[in-house]
Amino acid sequence: MTTISIDNVSRWFGNVVAVNDVTMTIGPGVTGLLGPNGAGKSTLINMMAGFLAPSNGSVTLDGAVIWRNEQAYREIGIVPERESMYDFLTAREFVVANAELHGLPDPAAAAQRALATVEMEYAQDRRIETYSKGMRQRAKMASALVHEPSVLLLDEPFNGMDPRQRLHLMDLLRRMGAEGRTVLFSSHILEEVEQLAHHIEVVVAGRHAASGDFRKIRRLMTDRPHRYLVRSSDDRQLASVLIAHTSTAAIELDLREDALRIQAVDFAGFTEFLPRIARDHGIRLFTVSPSDESLESVFSYLVTA
Amino acid sequence: MSVTTAPAGRGALQPAAGPRLYHPTVARLTYRALLGRRRALLLFLLPLLLLIIVSAVRGLAHADDSTANDVLQGFALSAMVPLVGVIAGTGAIGPEIDDGAIVYLLAKPIRRGTIIFTKLLVAIGVTMAFSAIPTLLAGYILNGNGLNIAVAYTVGAAAASVAYAAIFLLLGVLTRHAVVVGLVYALVWEGVVGNVVPGARTLSVQQWALAVAQKLAHGDVVSSDVSLATGIVLLAVVTAGATWFAGRRLRSLKLAGEE
Repeated sequence: MTTISIDNVSRWFGNVVAVNDVTMTIGPGVTGLLGPNGAGKSTLINMMAGFLAPSNGSVTLDGAVIWRNEQAYREIGIVPERESMYDFLTAREFVVANAELHGLPDPAAAAQRALATVEMEYAQDRRIETYSKGMRQRAKMASALVHEPSVLLLDEPFNGMDPRQRLHLMDLLRRMGAEGRTVLFSSHILEEVEQLAHHIEVVVAGRHAASGDFRKIRRLMTDRPHRYLVRSSDDRQLASVLIAHTSTAAIELDLREDALRIQAVDFAGFTEFLPRIARDHGIRLFTVSPSDESLESVFSYLVTA
Repeated sequence: MSVTTAPAGRGALQPAAGPRLYHPTVARLTYRALLGRRRALLLFLLPLLLLIIVSAVRGLAHADDSTANDVLQGFALSAMVPLVGVIAGTGAIGPEIDDGAIVYLLAKPIRRGTIIFTKLLVAIGVTMAFSAIPTLLAGYILNGNGLNIAVAYTVGAAAASVAYAAIFLLLGVLTRHAVVVGLVYALVWEGVVGNVVPGARTLSVQQWALAVAQKLAHGDVVSSDVSLATGIVLLAVVTAGATWFAGRRLRSLKLAGEE
């Protein structure tokens, strides 16, 4: 059972605060680190991987500080986001080299096992420079798994993968988690995290926005106030009917845009009620457009929720 | 899909060896990267140029001991050796840091000092192979090792290779513009200032190497501004200091930038 603890960690680059007073614990199983681009996910993963020192606070692996602690890599496997590898090597040479660098007693056998795990045996003797992005990702995975680490850190591992490769990697990570390894992956795509991780940590603008069971957080995201821009054949009548319903909290008649701006508090109720009431009153809906559906606004809501 | 990984946990793997200064896998990755196509072409180009020049000198004019000294000092020691050192020294680590591939070395239970020392040995080997050996050949072509000039400059070039490899390896760790900084240093400091400004000569790797060559060459055709003892001490101090500092900086190397 290996646990990574992040205690009151901040990290800044010059005047820019990338991570702001974050505390979280990553334990065995699969954990998703979710947040929009630029939220601080990579900075957090890099601190957990020992590639970056926290400006404040501490990042530890079972109590041992990770920064400047080479021995931590006996327990940690890392799949970096960057594509660069030793492209002049074949995947087999690359993974064998990683096994040798870990000081494994039989590097060739360990490399073979790792390549079999990621199903890369068929292309293992081709140079990495000839690989597709998905193949590169699997070669990186094999190199991270070769020493059978108890912690696996993956930075945006699904970027650039086709659906089949994505499912393959998800299956692999699920099994790793089921075996008792501590698996942490970052993503800015909600659906990716939803499919793979029960436990998620959400970061927004460098802050720890939410932590816990994915379904609860997902519900929180769904139930937040939604804003819509609606254009219809009779905006005033539609407004008068909608405001009487419990699913709406506020309605503004925007004369410049010639539209209604609606704040809905009950997402499911509003989306069911709006088309029904429009039909019943003979009102034609021209535009129904969510105006705050960006991932950033969803996450920002979590910070204040 | 078959998953063949063993159960997770500590103690599943036994570390094979304790701390050591040299790691063969680091060396293999380094020299394969160094001797990749474009870099190898650059490394071959300078010695080839030296051999073309000395062949032309030998063919067109009577090459005496003084001419041999002028060519070996003026081109081999003051230009070729530092330039090869720039290519090998910075190339041994700079590109890996730039493109991020160094992560695969750093995320291993290996001391940073071992990585630096191993890379230094490879850089020294490559610098010597592409500068000291061509210097020996050039010396023999020019005057058949008269006054032991070819051997003297070869040993001088080898000594300079060690210091240059260490200096440029350090530059590769310190800056992303290591090649540019290295070229400026090699051409401006070693090539111009070190030859022209009297005070600066004492702080020139070229002069230290010349002190070694002076000791080995017969007669007084080879001369240096520093004594042999000073030259050797400064070569050793600079090499050791640059290597130590490179290891220290690698230990604190922050791979991650802003997202």
